[in-house]
Amino acid sequence: MTDAVRPDIGSIEAVEAGLVAANYICNRQTATAIYLAQHLRKPVLVEGPAGVGKTELARATAQYLGLPLIRMQCYEGLDESKALYEWKYGKQLLYTQILKDTYGASLRGVETIGEALEKIGEFDDVFFSEQFLEARPLLAALRQEHGAVLLVDEIDKSDQEFEAFLLEILSDYQVTIPEIGTISTTVPPLVVLTSNDSRDLGDALKRRCLHLHIGYPDAKLEERIIDVRVPGVEDRLRAQLVAFVQKMRTFELKKLPSVSETIDWARALVLLHVTELDGDAIRDTLNILLKYESDIESMKRHVSSILTAVN
Amino acid sequence: MLVEFLRAARRSGIAVSVAESIEAFAAVDLIGYDDRVTVKDALRLVIAKSDDERERFDECFERFFGVGSLGMGPDDGVAFDVVDVVPVDLEELFDSPLAKLLLDDDRAELIRRLHAAAAEIDVASVRLFTQTNQFARRILEAMGIEALDAAIARLRASGNPERERMADFLELRRRAVAELARDLVERRLAASGGGEADRMHDEFLQDARLVNVDRRDLLRMRVLVRAIGRKLASRYGRTRTHAKRGHLDVRRTIRRSLPFDGVPFRTHWKRRKIEKPRIVLLCDVSGSCAPLAHFLLLFAYSLSEAFSDIRSFAFATSMIEVSEILETQTIDDAIAQIMRQIGYQSSDYGRAFATFDKDFMDAIDRKTTVVVLGDGRTNYHDPRVDVLRRVYERARRVVWLNPEHRVAWGMDDSEMLRYLPYTHVARVCNRLRHLEDVVTELVKSR
Repeated sequence: MTDAVRPDIGSIEAVEAGLVAANYICNRQTATAIYLAQHLRKPVLVEGPAGVGKTELARATAQYLGLPLIRMQCYEGLDESKALYEWKYGKQLLYTQILKDTYGASLRGVETIGEALEKIGEFDDVFFSEQFLEARPLLAALRQEHGAVLLVDEIDKSDQEFEAFLLEILSDYQVTIPEIGTISTTVPPLVVLTSNDSRDLGDALKRRCLHLHIGYPDAKLEERIIDVRVPGVEDRLRAQLVAFVQKMRTFELKKLPSVSETIDWARALVLLHVTELDGDAIRDTLNILLKYESDIESMKRHVSSILTAVN
Repeated sequence: MLVEFLRAARRSGIAVSVAESIEAFAAVDLIGYDDRVTVKDALRLVIAKSDDERERFDECFERFFGVGSLGMGPDDGVAFDVVDVVPVDLEELFDSPLAKLLLDDDRAELIRRLHAAAAEIDVASVRLFTQTNQFARRILEAMGIEALDAAIARLRASGNPERERMADFLELRRRAVAELARDLVERRLAASGGGEADRMHDEFLQDARLVNVDRRDLLRMRVLVRAIGRKLASRYGRTRTHAKRGHLDVRRTIRRSLPFDGVPFRTHWKRRKIEKPRIVLLCDVSGSCAPLAHFLLLFAYSLSEAFSDIRSFAFATSMIEVSEILETQTIDDAIAQIMRQIGYQSSDYGRAFATFDKDFMDAIDRKTTVVVLGDGRTNYHDPRVDVLRRVYERARRVVWLNPEHRVAWGMDDSEMLRYLPYTHVARVCNRLRHLEDVVTELVKSR
């Protein structure tokens, strides 16, 4: 196991610091997950509401480990040819056309059909070699020499068949291409799967993963996040806006504002040169935080009461 | 220790596979036992797989590795300076290592021995509350409490005041240790028993008649109903995607190839056509069904979460469409609002059906499945069977779910037997399990 361990991931604290250096503020739980994933070679399944930084975690991890991030967005109907590999049909066709003469030459003098088939069989192997292989995200991740961070985004959107197929790769970190053989990896990629919980994932997949649940951060953590991501915000405004959002999450809304919304909001407030929260500024920018008209309408009524509570 | 914890976790309802146990060991090996929070984080990452399990895990972990196991009972104010006064290597204490340990006040070692003793007598096998004392005593015995008692007796018998003070001190410590042992057994009991009880309760709820379910079980029930809804949603998702793949439709491919001189230029794939289940739900919320109405609506709510194409109606004396309420509001608000609007009136199936006939009949076409949830008690009004017959003729399927037992159908003002010919399926449905069965059928068999 030691060969995969890089010097900079020796402890959970180091991981946490590394992620901070990659502009990602997280709690200890998250750092522990990345640390364990790296050492136990297990994929991490990240769950949580939209916009709390699930995808961002993969990006930050890649940056911190200095590995390429290979991202695969899942959707209904995604299949092997789009996820794993495909033959470059066009190139194959083109090459056969170009090489037609060579063929002809070598086939000259062949008497029987059996012989001709044998000859053609030799070419066949040439055309189904790695040269004509179009690597899709999964294969690309396996073929990275120094490992990679493979992000399988929104796995819950894919079909169950695909989930089963993914299992095979996640357990052995190798794939079999009938024409070439088994391609296995030297350094297994760090796999991060994200799920928005739109359907239950299969038990088999769940069992193979570490489960990380990222929820809405507490005020302290959120302030730190804003501090790092939106440097221009003054302390007072930052505390105010974070407290406001935190308070807002206690209301019953269709879609609660997430960290990404808080960040956007902070940016907007900075752009508008707002130095202190007041009712009008909030009402004007509420559409950044809330995504549903009905939510905005119902929140407008509460703005002033929350504001007094925050102050 | 870890093995025992995993066992407790399993018993509290978290599915821990063998592979996960191995992972758990590997994880703890990696990070060490030093930091409790980190151990907890790591184990949770490996073991808990859903929100529900995370919750159970936290509970179980706190019970099992509770902070209490690290501290000694309340300090009773007995000074430790006795140790300074009396040389520790008294011959009275030679045969009781426990006594020495207590005098040295080595708590960490004491706790370690306590857990070792607990493991020795297999404390995890404790099942019943009444076994607590017995197990606690056996732990103490395994720790050598008898030798300690003998040592205390000898100290008392010596007549030396210093030694008697020491005996007093040991006596107090002994009580604290006994307390710790009991505490440990109780925690184990809680960790191991809790989940099993929960699960039994869940099973009971699934089988319990909906009317009889206690109010305090409502929450739990709600979770179960939603779980059914989710299960259906994912199962349904699967059947739909099956249609996307297909086998080559040879006949059509050949026919299509004709314009290209028989070269199969365009392939044609077989497709299994899957029709989305379109559901029209009629839910009786009248007085006679009121205790059930809550659950029926709850179920309607879960269904409208799971299926996209569903129209729901609630009726008592009259009928209103509630699809929008169910879709836009939170579950409690929705149910409350519906009940406020038309709940608790006396039922009049005839009028309700007439309203449906007039206003909503076009909601039904030959792809629709109509589900009626109600007891079919019309209060001796005209049942308007003809409306149901028309629905029956138009719809793909009519399913009637009746909370009353079959025997009661047709008795008194129940017109169930007259409705019966115009349903494809009529079932007794007063348990959660029934609901689940029916809906599974709705999804697959067509």
